Amino acid sequence: MLVLEREGLGRRIDEICARHGRNRSALLPILQELQETQGWVSDFAMQEVARHLGIHPVEVYSVITFYAFLSSERKGRFVLRLCRTISCDMRDKDRVARQLEQELGVGFGQTTADGRFTLEWTNCMGMCDQGPALMVNKQIFTQVTPESVHTILEACRRIYGLYAERSEDDALVSAGALQVAPEVLEARS
Amino acid sequence: MSLKNHNSILFRDGRPDEGLRKAVTMKRVDIITAVRESGLKGRGGAGFPTGVKWNFAALAQDPVKFVVCNADEGEPGTFKDRVLLADKADLVLEGMAIAGRAIGAKEGIIYLRGEYDFMRRHLEEVIARREAEHLLGERILGVDGFDFTVRVHMGAGAYVCGEETALIESLEGHRGEPRNRPPFPVNTGYLGHPTCVNNVETLALAARVIALGAEAFAKVGPASSTGTKLFSVSGDCARAGVYEFPMGITIEDLLREVGGEEAKAVQVGGASGTCVPRKSFGRRLAFDDASTGGSIIVFGPQRDMLRVARNFMEFFDEESCGQCTPCRSGNRVLLEGIGKLEQGTCSLAHLQELKALGETMQLASKCGLGQSSPNAFLSIVEHFKDEILARQGA
Repeated sequence: MLVLEREGLGRRIDEICARHGRNRSALLPILQELQETQGWVSDFAMQEVARHLGIHPVEVYSVITFYAFLSSERKGRFVLRLCRTISCDMRDKDRVARQLEQELGVGFGQTTADGRFTLEWTNCMGMCDQGPALMVNKQIFTQVTPESVHTILEACRRIYGLYAERSEDDALVSAGALQVAPEVLEARS
Repeated sequence: MSLKNHNSILFRDGRPDEGLRKAVTMKRVDIITAVRESGLKGRGGAGFPTGVKWNFAALAQDPVKFVVCNADEGEPGTFKDRVLLADKADLVLEGMAIAGRAIGAKEGIIYLRGEYDFMRRHLEEVIARREAEHLLGERILGVDGFDFTVRVHMGAGAYVCGEETALIESLEGHRGEPRNRPPFPVNTGYLGHPTCVNNVETLALAARVIALGAEAFAKVGPASSTGTKLFSVSGDCARAGVYEFPMGITIEDLLREVGGEEAKAVQVGGASGTCVPRKSFGRRLAFDDASTGGSIIVFGPQRDMLRVARNFMEFFDEESCGQCTPCRSGNRVLLEGIGKLEQGTCSLAHLQELKALGETMQLASKCGLGQSSPNAFLSIVEHFKDEILARQGA
């Protein structure tokens, strides 16, 4: 890591810690923000966070390794998490999985060579009535088919790099990601 | 969205914040008495009487107390809290404020699971709106001394954090490993202060209890399990989704409503629940019979029950926090046993050993995760022996 990069990250962590508060209860929010903005929490970042909160770096490491959404290894720009739990399994998640592997050329647990995509399994994400469900960073897609996998990946590719047209959230929502307000439910009881 | 029906308690029309308006005119002890007399029990799955929990928290001597809304809905097959938070966030926040008043807490926290991040902005908007309307914040509804703020805290992908002591560990910035109980969170919870942890649905129902009165609520459902329950129905049925039924409905009746009459088995209570075979579909969904936090997974005639068991055991093998041995190693051994069953190389004697191991885990595990993780395996082995023994190996 370049000295300049390191100083920049240090300043950033200082700012994040000041915003969330320099106490232990703020550890998860701090790490979540680092994960979101950096794509991982590096050794250097762990040491800095530990210094600000007055705890040992290994404490920070132990928290990171406990939670599925925090990572001490560099992840791709987009982390794709496919639900593998029973209801999505019964709705043919295996076919979606195969299509994802073919489109990306990597298996589950791996990151593409260009650093764009990381493919992972996840456990039940509460979309059992609309499976198979796929999480792309923080957005959720439901009723994913092998065909719609392509649309979702294309939306990701369009918001990556120099020619990005619009924000990540906008692009993913327009590709069909779930939104809260108009939850579609039918009247039953 | 219109999950309306004249029997509905949660999704009925009514004057907004009726419960909260009533609660500010009541004494604290009367609020708790009403909740206790309604017979409301925790809707997250454990079924602890809510009024009793609130009473413990109210009696604890500490100027600082917390109300935590447990929105770490991770049980496979459960999604009712997602629907409730999306459609009835106001009702949940109303219930939190009432709980705050009842126990004397000034701060509330919604612990929202990481997967539901897409709802976070919506919740924060509702919180901000209610603060502007004086339904949260300082001097709620103009009542002196009734201050209650709510913030959203995000989880980070750990099923075990739905367990209330693990959730508190996580709030404090630690690994989500369950604590020994006692002391219970109502005495020693978040940051050592008395903390009342309630499920999303419980808080929403508590608001309704105050609005409708304990008697009206207790009239619905059997005496052991009063009120209505939200059921998250998924799997092999025509109409998956969230349903509100009175407690005590039979599995048979529920299946008719959701278009799952063909089912050969139903998983009641998610991965940590039990598998109920067709011949027992007359059982009732209530705390004293087939108990569920809301998850109903329907298995059609063609389903391979061993594949189902494998899916559940893989889930627990991964989600065990690893703190205590029965759960950490037990789930792994049961999963290996399923591998043997798949190969058709599992002797009946070995199967008996696995069952004994499952029963040991139920007794010896530290928290609810390990105590309930063998349930699905044990009930599937029990009811579908014919189907899973002596298979042709792959």
